[in-house]
Amino acid sequence: MRRVGIDVGGTNTDAVLLDGDTVVHAVKTPTTADVTSGITTALRDLLAVVGPTGPIHAVMIGTTHFTNAVVQRRDLTRVAAVRIGLPASASLPPFVDWPEDLAALVRGEVIMLEGGHEYDGRPIVPFDETGMRAAARRIRAAGITSVAIASVFSPLNAECETRAAAILRDEYPDAAVTLSHELGRIGLLERENATLLNAALVGLARRTTSAFTEALGASGLAAPLYLTQNDGTVMLAATAEAFPVYGFASGPTNSMRGAAFLSGLSDAIVIDVGGTTTDIGSLRRGFPREANNVVEVGGVRTLFRMPDLLSLGLGGGSLVGGDPFRVGPRSVGYRLVDESRVFGGATLTATDVAVAAGLIDLGDRRRVADLPADLVKTALAWMHATIEEGVDRMKTDAQEEPLIAVGGGCFLVPERLPGVSEVVHVRHQAVANAVGAAIAQVSGEVDQIFQNLTREAAIAEARRIAEQRAVSGGADGATLQVVEVEDLPLAYLPGNSLRVRVRIVGDIADPRSGPNQS
Amino acid sequence: MASLQPVSAEEIESLAIGAWILGTGGGGSPYLALLNMRALYGQGARVSLMDPMDLADDDLVAVVSNMGAPLVGQERLTDPRTIARAVTMMEEYLGRRFRAIMSLEIGGGNAIQPFMAAALLDRPVVDADCMGRAFPEAQMTSFAIHDLRTYPLMLVDVRDNAVIVAQAASWKWMERLSRTACVAVGSIAATCKAPRTGREVKECAILYSTSKAIRLGQTVQAARRTHRDPIEAIIEAEHGLLLFSGKIADVARRATEGFLRGTARVDGLGDCRGQRFELAFQNEFAVGWLDGAPRIMTPDLICVMDTVSGEAIGTETLRYGQRVSVVALPAPPVLLTAKGLEHVGPRAFGYDLEFKSVFA
Repeated sequence: MRRVGIDVGGTNTDAVLLDGDTVVHAVKTPTTADVTSGITTALRDLLAVVGPTGPIHAVMIGTTHFTNAVVQRRDLTRVAAVRIGLPASASLPPFVDWPEDLAALVRGEVIMLEGGHEYDGRPIVPFDETGMRAAARRIRAAGITSVAIASVFSPLNAECETRAAAILRDEYPDAAVTLSHELGRIGLLERENATLLNAALVGLARRTTSAFTEALGASGLAAPLYLTQNDGTVMLAATAEAFPVYGFASGPTNSMRGAAFLSGLSDAIVIDVGGTTTDIGSLRRGFPREANNVVEVGGVRTLFRMPDLLSLGLGGGSLVGGDPFRVGPRSVGYRLVDESRVFGGATLTATDVAVAAGLIDLGDRRRVADLPADLVKTALAWMHATIEEGVDRMKTDAQEEPLIAVGGGCFLVPERLPGVSEVVHVRHQAVANAVGAAIAQVSGEVDQIFQNLTREAAIAEARRIAEQRAVSGGADGATLQVVEVEDLPLAYLPGNSLRVRVRIVGDIADPRSGPNQS
Repeated sequence: MASLQPVSAEEIESLAIGAWILGTGGGGSPYLALLNMRALYGQGARVSLMDPMDLADDDLVAVVSNMGAPLVGQERLTDPRTIARAVTMMEEYLGRRFRAIMSLEIGGGNAIQPFMAAALLDRPVVDADCMGRAFPEAQMTSFAIHDLRTYPLMLVDVRDNAVIVAQAASWKWMERLSRTACVAVGSIAATCKAPRTGREVKECAILYSTSKAIRLGQTVQAARRTHRDPIEAIIEAEHGLLLFSGKIADVARRATEGFLRGTARVDGLGDCRGQRFELAFQNEFAVGWLDGAPRIMTPDLICVMDTVSGEAIGTETLRYGQRVSVVALPAPPVLLTAKGLEHVGPRAFGYDLEFKSVFA
C-alpha cells in the first residue's frame, strides 16, 4: 500500500512517499502563499522521481496553518458566542480572558442565556429557548457566519447545546456551528475558548481543505484525502474541516510519530533540535504523551489534548557568548546561512561551536579555527547540560530509555546522557513530520450515554459503534485496537445510566486487500 | 475615623500570587476570582483595605468564603454578585449592617472573595483572615481555636436559594449542616460565616494576612523582573527556610471523603543530591519527611514552588519531573498554641507525630 504524507509548514512543504514500511522518496519545497501551488510542486517532484509505478492509496496532510493563523492573528472569522448557563457564571462572559487584540478580531455577538446543568445532570434552570430563537435572528441580522455554543456542564449533559444548535439551524440554516461538548471536557472557560477558536477557524479550514483537494486534483491523484490530528490519527478532510482545532498540535505530533517510525522504536524520548528551539517529548506505544494541564494557544487558555512538550531556547542558530556566558535563547534563526561564522558572517552560533568541535562539517571550518578551546568546551558543556536537564524533565520514571534525535540541529545532542540507554539517529530525519503524517492511523470515537445495560455491556456496545465508525472512516478492520476507555456513572438519570467514551484506532485500509471501502 | 488604604489593580494581581503560595498546595487557584476583580476594576470599582485595629469593638464584620467542589467551580464560575448577596442576606437576617468584610482563609481563591463582595457593596476589606493559610475544614480557624460562636451561617447559590444555619451544636455540626446544604444547591455556594464583632476580630483573627499575601506576591514579581531567584527572595522577605530542592520523582493521589489525599517524593538535586524528601497532603501539604525522618509538619506552612519561576504548585498539579523547592514559612502563633495544635496540628490530620516547628 502506498501513502503520501505531506507536511505544510510555515517555511517548507515536505512530502514523502511510503510503500508499506519503506520511505521511497522525500522532497522539500518552499511553502507558497496560496498553499496549493507549494503542494502541487511537492507532489510533482515526488511523483516525477517515483514514476507511474502504481496508484497512491491515501494522502495525509498535516499543517500548522491553523495554529499560525491564531498566533499571527490572520484569516480569522468573526464569531457569535452563545453561552448557556445563566444565572451561573454570569460575571465572566465569553472572551473574558482573551488577549485584547485577538478578541477584537474574533468577538462578534456575545449572548448569554438561561439554562445549563449541574454536576449531577439536573438543569440549573430551564433552557431559555425563546431567547435562543431571538439570538439566532440577531446573529443572522448581524451577518455573522460562525457560531460557538457552550453550555455549563455540557460534557455531562449536552442537551442544551444540541437544542440550541437545532433552533439556530431552523432560523439560520447557513450558519457554521461549533458545540463545546464536541471539543472538550470539564472547565467551562477553557472549553468555551476552544469552541470560540474553532468557530473562528472554520472559514479558513474550509478554504484550506479545498486548496488541498484542488492540489491533489491538479496532480492527478484520486486518493482519499486525510488531515492529521493532535493525537496522531487522521480524519477524512470532509470531516476534519469542521474541527480545525483538532489539528493544532499535529506538527509536533507528526514529528514525534515519524521519529518513532523511522527508528522502529515505540517507547522513547524524542528530541527535535531546530534553529531556535528544541522540543522534547515522550513517546508511549508510538504515541506522544499528552499534556495534562492548561495549554495556551496564541495567548488563549484551552484544555486541548496536546502532546506534552518541553521547549528549550536552544538550537543550531543560538547565540554563544555574553557576560555572564550563555548559549541561547536568542538565535539568528533562519539567517544562520548568512550570519554564522562558518557561513561567512560575524555572529558566533551553536553551529559554529559544533563545527569547531568537529561534531559536524558545515560551511568553512577555517573560519572557526581561532576559537579558544576553552570557549568551545564551555559552550558545549552548557548545551549538553541544557539538553540533559530537558530530557530528564520529560522522563516519567528513572528507567533508562532511548533518545531519538531529529531536526536540523540534532548534532548538538551529546552521544551519552544520564538516564538514556542510547542516542538514536535516523535516516530521513529532516522529513520526520511528513513521515509522521503518512503513517497516521484512522480513529473512531464514541461518547454517549447508555441506559439499562451492565457496565460491561455498555462498554462493549460503545466499542462496537466506535469500531464501525473507524472502519467507515477508512480503517482496516483487522488492525483495530482500543486506545481509550472511560466510563462515568450518571446517578441522576433512571435505569443505570452510564456515560461511556471509547476511542479505537486502526491502520488505513489497503483497498486491494479486502472489502473495506477506502 | 478609620484610615483606609486603597488597593490598586496591581496589588490585586500580587495578592493572587501571594495567596496561591500561602495556599500551601490547596485552597483552589485564585485565577477565576482574579478575572472577576480585573473586570470589576475595569468597570471602575476600587476596594480599600482596613487596618483591623481601626475596627470599633462593637462593629460587625462579615467573614466570607466560597464553598464547594473545585470541579464544580470550573463550570459554575465564581461571581461577585453571589458572594455579595450572602453578605446582604446575612445583614437582613441580623438586622444590622456590616462595617467591613474579611476572608475566611488567605490561602488560595478565598483570599479574593471578600474583595469581590466589597467591590459591589462599597465596604472595606479587613486586613486579616482566620487561617493565615489554607485548611480543609471549618473547625480549623483561629475563631474556632478561641471557641467563638459557630453560628449563624448564610449560604446562597446563583438562583434565589438561601439557607441559614441558625444554630449548630459544634464546629463539626456546622461543617456537616452547611456541607449538606451546599451539595443540595449543586456543590458550590457562597457563604457568609458567623459574624464577628470588631473586638473578636482584633483579639482572635490572624491580623495583617492580606497585606502579607500582597507583599509576598510583590516579592515574587520583583524577583522575576530583576531576574533574581524568587525562592531566595521569598525566604529572605518572609523569614522562611529552604528545606529541600530537587525533582518530583513520584506522585500518588486518591480522592477520599471529599478531599484530595496523597503523597509525593522529591529526589534531591544540587546540595540535596543523594537525599530524598517525602510529602503527604490532604488538599494542602501536611507533613514532610527528610530521608524518612519528620522534617516539617502542619501548621508550619509547607510551600512547594517551581524552582525557576517561584510559582506555587498545587497538590492537584504536582507532576513527575517538576523541579521544585520546598520552603517553610512560619505559621501564625495562635496555631502553635496547645489549643491551636488540637485543631490544626499533625494529629488533627491523622499523623501520630509530636508537633515540632522547624523554626523552633
